[in-house]
Amino acid sequence: MKRNPVAWAFVLPALTVIGLFFVVPVLAGLALSLTDFDLYALASLDNLRFVGLDNYRQVLTRPLFWQALGNTAYFVVLGVPLSIVLSLGCAVLLQSKLARFKPLLRTALFAPVVTTLVAVAVVWRYLFHLKYGWINQLLGHVGIAPIDWLGDPNWAMPAIIVFAAWKNFGGNMIIFIAALQAVPEDLYEAARLDGANAWRQFWHVTLPMLGPTLLMVSILTIAGYFQLFAEPYVMTQGGPLQSTVSVLYLMYEEGFRWWNLGVASAVAFVLFAIIVVVTRGLMLFAQRKGAA
Amino acid sequence: MKGRTVQAIVVNGVLALAALLTVAPLLWMVAASLMHSGEASTFPPPLLPSAPTLEHYRALIVQGGIARQFVNSLGLAIAATLLSTTFNTLAGYAFAKLHFTGRDKLFGLLIGALVIPGQVAMLPLFLMLKSMGLVNSYAGVLVPSLAGIFGIFLVRQYARGIPDELIEAARMDGAGEFRIFFSVVLPLLTPVLATLAVFAFLGSWNDFMWPLIVLTDGELHTLPVALASLSREHVQDSELMMAGAVITVLPVLALFLVLQRYYLRGLTMGGVKQ
Repeated sequence: MKRNPVAWAFVLPALTVIGLFFVVPVLAGLALSLTDFDLYALASLDNLRFVGLDNYRQVLTRPLFWQALGNTAYFVVLGVPLSIVLSLGCAVLLQSKLARFKPLLRTALFAPVVTTLVAVAVVWRYLFHLKYGWINQLLGHVGIAPIDWLGDPNWAMPAIIVFAAWKNFGGNMIIFIAALQAVPEDLYEAARLDGANAWRQFWHVTLPMLGPTLLMVSILTIAGYFQLFAEPYVMTQGGPLQSTVSVLYLMYEEGFRWWNLGVASAVAFVLFAIIVVVTRGLMLFAQRKGAA
Repeated sequence: MKGRTVQAIVVNGVLALAALLTVAPLLWMVAASLMHSGEASTFPPPLLPSAPTLEHYRALIVQGGIARQFVNSLGLAIAATLLSTTFNTLAGYAFAKLHFTGRDKLFGLLIGALVIPGQVAMLPLFLMLKSMGLVNSYAGVLVPSLAGIFGIFLVRQYARGIPDELIEAARMDGAGEFRIFFSVVLPLLTPVLATLAVFAFLGSWNDFMWPLIVLTDGELHTLPVALASLSREHVQDSELMMAGAVITVLPVLALFLVLQRYYLRGLTMGGVKQ
């Protein structure tokens, strides 16, 4: 192939931006996490010292970090399956030949995805209100006593999970719809000839054919959900009793409220490592299962 | 045939209920924003305003100065859209169709970097911008969204479908690379440009964490940042907060409704791993 030096003029603007404002900061962040950068260093860099892995040791021995990680894991473990089940359920129903008004319904189901997170979090804060909220109002109709969603440490995270599922399921739904359209019709034809009902067709045709999409969607959703921040920031401010402090919320407080930028950077890299380990683990698990 | 009718009723019933529950919070947001102060906090909570009023919108605009923050959000979103679409398109096309040393290796590195969460870069980026005097400025908010790996990836996927013969023929005619790009390639890329632009606009408009970090001055706040701080001060004023939420959400929702074809295609294109 003929080399084309003009090509660099095409890629240089984007690469400069990404290099200068993403790659360099990521590397600098790694360095930052090995220093005691704090308010004093912010005033004068003479106060900056190299502390090796001390920030990581500090983070990993702090009870609040483990609580934040536990809260985040709770959010991921419950939130990701809930979101994906909703996405897949709606996608399958929308793909059904029996469904009417498909474009309208699809738009309605997708709408929350494009809304501004902060704005709809504010809306849901009122929907979750103990006394005047519509959620307790509706639950009251089926005989469930009012729940202090955002004020009770046991219910604050479940409330955020419900909100996040509502906000996000539409995105994966669109991806599932595209994948469902790619499933060959004759597979269903053959299953029907074998006498499979709708439910068995879903288990034995749809789900296996969706395997790769399901894996990709899970990985992206898990990685995204580990980065929980704005929901607790707006809805609970990490409370009550720190039950909704997420890892990123901790990083934000540590870095931009207390200006412990060294420690905060260590928190960021620990989170990054956890995301990589969990998503790689899932990928390996899926590959092994696929091979078996 | 009767079983099929029952099935059709179940499928459509469940879908209609799901769609209704999904849009209900948004409809209630609009309804509550038109209620009188305190009306939403009565028992049982009303669904519709008894006498619709625009007083909260007026309060936000006249006393709250929300128009300023609206303009901040709009200006930043337009700038981010124009610049990032330009940069991503140029790079995506080059990665797809032009040959240069280390191209595929470089692209592989970029894709590999997609796993790094943006927050890892935020603390040092803040310090960098501080030393450049860009903290608390529009430029500071804008800088990280000027180009994106995902955008480059989308353009590359799309541009690979352009026949090489077309570009080769233009070269034979003696056209320069930029001339080819603008007169031959760009017209063919219009659909993906639209996708890119909608993504960039919505991404910038809805972004929260970075503007929250960079902007300290209320005058410069974007709508989400302003709304978050407003909601901490005015917890009790639910109707006022709903009006603020409507002002923030409505523009992007409207933009999506008009351009949803392009937005949804971006999602499914991103889903197709090369």
